[in-house]
Amino acid sequence: MRVAIVIVALVLGSVAFHLLSPWWQTPLASNWEAIDSALNITLLICAVAFIALNLFLALALIRFRHRPGHRARYDPENPSLEKNLTFWTALGIAGMLAPGLVAWGKYVDVPKDAAVVEAIGQQWQWTFRFPGPDRVLGTAGVEYMTPDNPFGVNPLDPFGRDDILVESNELHLPKGQPVKMILRSKDVLHDFYVPEFRAKMDLVPGIVTYFWMTPTQDGTYDILCAELCGTGHHQMRGSVVVEPREQFEGWLAGQMTFSDLLAGASPEAVTKLFAQANTCTRPATWGMR
Amino acid sequence: MATTIADDLTPMHHPRTWVGKYVWSQDHKVIAIQYSVTAIAIGLVALVLSVLMRLQLGFPGVFPWIQPENYLQYVSMHGMIMVVYLLTALLLGGFGNYMIPLMIGARDMVFPFVNMLSYWVYLLSVLVLVAGFFVPGGPTGAGWTLYPPQAISEGTPGSQWGIVTMLVSLAIFIVAFTMGGLNYVTTVLQARTRGMTLMRMPLTVWGIFIASIMGLLAFPALFVAAIMMLLDHVAGASFFMPSMMSMGQATDTLGGSPILFQHLFWFFGHPEVYIVALPAFGIVSDLISVHARKNIFGYRMMVWAIVIIGGLSFIVWAHHMYVSGMNPYFGFFFATSTLIIAIPTAIKVYNWLLTLWRGDIHLRVPMLFALAFLFTFIHGGLSGLFLGNVSVDVPLSDTFFVVGHFHMVMGVSPILVIFGAIYHWYPKIAGRMWNQALAQVHFWVTFLGVYAIYLPMHYLGVLGVPRRYYALGETSFIPESAHLANQAISIAAIVVFAAQFLFFYNMIWSLFRGPKAGPNPWGAASLEWQTPDTPPRHGNWGAKLPTVYRWAYDYSVPHAPRDFIPQDEPHPKDTAP
Amino acid sequence: MSLLRRLGEKSWETPGAEAYREPDSYRPAAATVGVYVYFGVATVIFTLIAAAYLARMGLPAAMEHGAGADWRAMPEPPLLWINSGILVLSSLAWEAARRLARRGEIGRMQAATLAGGGLGLLFLAGQLLLWWHYQTAGYFLSANPANAFFYLLTALHGLHLAGGIAAGVRALGQPGDAGRAARNVRLCAVYWHYLLLVWVLLAGLLVMT
Repeated sequence: MRVAIVIVALVLGSVAFHLLSPWWQTPLASNWEAIDSALNITLLICAVAFIALNLFLALALIRFRHRPGHRARYDPENPSLEKNLTFWTALGIAGMLAPGLVAWGKYVDVPKDAAVVEAIGQQWQWTFRFPGPDRVLGTAGVEYMTPDNPFGVNPLDPFGRDDILVESNELHLPKGQPVKMILRSKDVLHDFYVPEFRAKMDLVPGIVTYFWMTPTQDGTYDILCAELCGTGHHQMRGSVVVEPREQFEGWLAGQMTFSDLLAGASPEAVTKLFAQANTCTRPATWGMR
Repeated sequence: MATTIADDLTPMHHPRTWVGKYVWSQDHKVIAIQYSVTAIAIGLVALVLSVLMRLQLGFPGVFPWIQPENYLQYVSMHGMIMVVYLLTALLLGGFGNYMIPLMIGARDMVFPFVNMLSYWVYLLSVLVLVAGFFVPGGPTGAGWTLYPPQAISEGTPGSQWGIVTMLVSLAIFIVAFTMGGLNYVTTVLQARTRGMTLMRMPLTVWGIFIASIMGLLAFPALFVAAIMMLLDHVAGASFFMPSMMSMGQATDTLGGSPILFQHLFWFFGHPEVYIVALPAFGIVSDLISVHARKNIFGYRMMVWAIVIIGGLSFIVWAHHMYVSGMNPYFGFFFATSTLIIAIPTAIKVYNWLLTLWRGDIHLRVPMLFALAFLFTFIHGGLSGLFLGNVSVDVPLSDTFFVVGHFHMVMGVSPILVIFGAIYHWYPKIAGRMWNQALAQVHFWVTFLGVYAIYLPMHYLGVLGVPRRYYALGETSFIPESAHLANQAISIAAIVVFAAQFLFFYNMIWSLFRGPKAGPNPWGAASLEWQTPDTPPRHGNWGAKLPTVYRWAYDYSVPHAPRDFIPQDEPHPKDTAP
Repeated sequence: MSLLRRLGEKSWETPGAEAYREPDSYRPAAATVGVYVYFGVATVIFTLIAAAYLARMGLPAAMEHGAGADWRAMPEPPLLWINSGILVLSSLAWEAARRLARRGEIGRMQAATLAGGGLGLLFLAGQLLLWWHYQTAGYFLSANPANAFFYLLTALHGLHLAGGIAAGVRALGQPGDAGRAARNVRLCAVYWHYLLLVWVLLAGLLVMT
């Protein structure tokens, strides 16, 4: 009896906790309403199941608790009931799976007009690269990295010359512009995660990964690393500033290009940089354009 | 060549010395207790590690001796110990060993020597694991998933020696498990007594049987992954190591694939969830049936669900990898297969509830734990649907939602079943009864405490609090109240931790001072309660093996004199002249 | 009775011992069951390594592992074919032992077993020679993933074979119980054929790629 009352109390308490607790999703700042609504549909179906099943449990405990002289019913199976339950469960599952898959369909389908922005992770900081006027990122890879070429841009690739290098953990993005985030890691796994954007994806050394989103709200948001990457994992922070396009263009114009970097480096450093690039016989591992 | 069921005891090797009986024993019951005690001992280490983690998360900065690398080591060792060395070893090595021969009416496992070897190799794996705490640099801090390249790269604690002891220990454990698992599977297939058809076996045996098969087929993936990572680490191979920088220097590795490791790891890792869950499903079915004095509802469906879940769990692994950078189109398949597996699981929940319906429910402590399991499992199972549903997983993955979910579904739920099972079978194993009052307190604190720990974690996860963070630090989106939640969780965790000592005290005290329990105190129908001696002796069944006349769930049969009929009670049509 | 029918049994409707008396041949010997179950384990091990091999080569481009650019296949020295031939001969000897065991010709069975085990040892020695050959030619484990896979696969296969030889020695070392020895020799032979099949598939994989 006591346990039945506690179970009812836990169900009511969970519902109250859900309604009253201050911890829920951060305000959405991207186009991913589809993810939020898939989450809400899943929540709704699960909540109905949670409440119904546990209240049924409590009811059974109260009605059929042991009393002297009471005897259980001999009840081996009931195929039609089990078939019905299977059907309704499958329906509930399909009801949450469908919006989930639809949202995933959008997630994997990058719009053609998406601007390319590269986020580069290393233990334990973020840097960023924009493609410049030609709208194409130059090839890059760890094999091209020198102290003067920390991004590992291939100096022999003409597409890389106008690339804009942001050697800071602050990224700016124009509001309303779909962005394809190209993700590279210099060392271990990382994960580019902005809670308000909902989207995230791992950075995997050796390959290029990506996801896309459209920032929809001006503001400054935290970038976190969401894949354990060593002792400094919790300190691998950055921020992303979403702002109107004019302000964004102004910020971007103030950043350094790869050509600027080559021009600013000492002649020995540039020689070394090209020499290292010339020894690279195999294709650049980060060859994605 | 066929084997007929042998009644005679002569081939059994009866040891005469104390050491032969209790140390180098080939008796499945002694091996089971050796397995259980070792697993619980190492589990206690993991429990202490979890308290250390909670101290850091609830009160960051208060304990200066917990540094980021220590915290990550606690996380990694806690996870691996709990999943592999406690839950798998206790449910299969402990309960599997004790229950299979008794429940199917066998004298012992079919390969007693291999069974003994399995325990000693398991002990070796535990010792190698513990050695990790003492090597230079300490144990690995790469998370229990041990993802390369960080697991074997600078910047991760224990990347020199700790990871080696971990991988070697895992490989040894898998050898031990394979020896045990072959025994469990073969014993169920081959050593059932007269009349014990497959569909007359208790669901406990079904759960352990299917879980053993799954373990045999899933652990090789971890074995292969561990060997390959060892070769990467100590022999300079590059299976998983891409060209990368490590601490500002380019490594000489080239072309390896970190994602390949993740596929191998989760090909083991997801079935592993069910390797833990299926024995718990089976055991809880029996607890509910016995204490509700009612046959398990839909027995056939319960068996089929166990088999179907076991099979499906091999094609859902990549739902752990939706945001890993694998080909995103895999998400469609794995989300669908993952949500399909919810259907047989839901049927099991319905059948447990329908078993209670129209039952005669005795709310004894084992039953209370079974009911608590139902509550936490419903909660954890449902929160799993969020994570399986691919796009919903995107914001939630690698947050505290994941931590809350998997602790609810494969931490708390199986452990509640384990407690219930220990209280349930203790009178048979020890011959004595435990203290009621202590057991009640232990139950209530544990049940309410774990819910207070893991419910708020789901909400922190939805908020976006990432997991495996030493400290949250300054963020714009985490309100001050979330830190309060973390403190409350930590306090609840410490209370639950303390309550477990009531359990240990109760078990040890009752071993010597508990009142004598009868051979069948719960009035259970299954075979393990019908042994001639309590506790059962070596050989289990005296001179003649039992004959089974009915299924394991003849409770409250209409017109029967008692409310249960033991499996070995002859049916009128067999005793008629 | 088929497995499906047995799993469909409504066991509460059919109490009694008579209805489910099983035929005597129904339960194979424990060792036989154990060996066949172990085939499942070994199959998973070798299949997963083969799958990892293909993935690491970069064959399934759809996996997007980005691997494979560094893959350099190893040469196939004649020794590889000689070793394979020895293993086939060894398996033939085991097959002879199996048939002799079934006919109860214990003496000739023992001779065939020894021949099978001896050829097995010769195969293992040949494999070691092959390793030495590759080492001297500079095909080190760390030099290329193709090499690493080769060493890993041959080592695991060799360990399984060594286990088979140990089991065969043990089977012969039970002189008192001829029936049991014969059964164990038959099991060893089946195990040997399984390992031959594994080797053929592995060698095929190594040669084809």
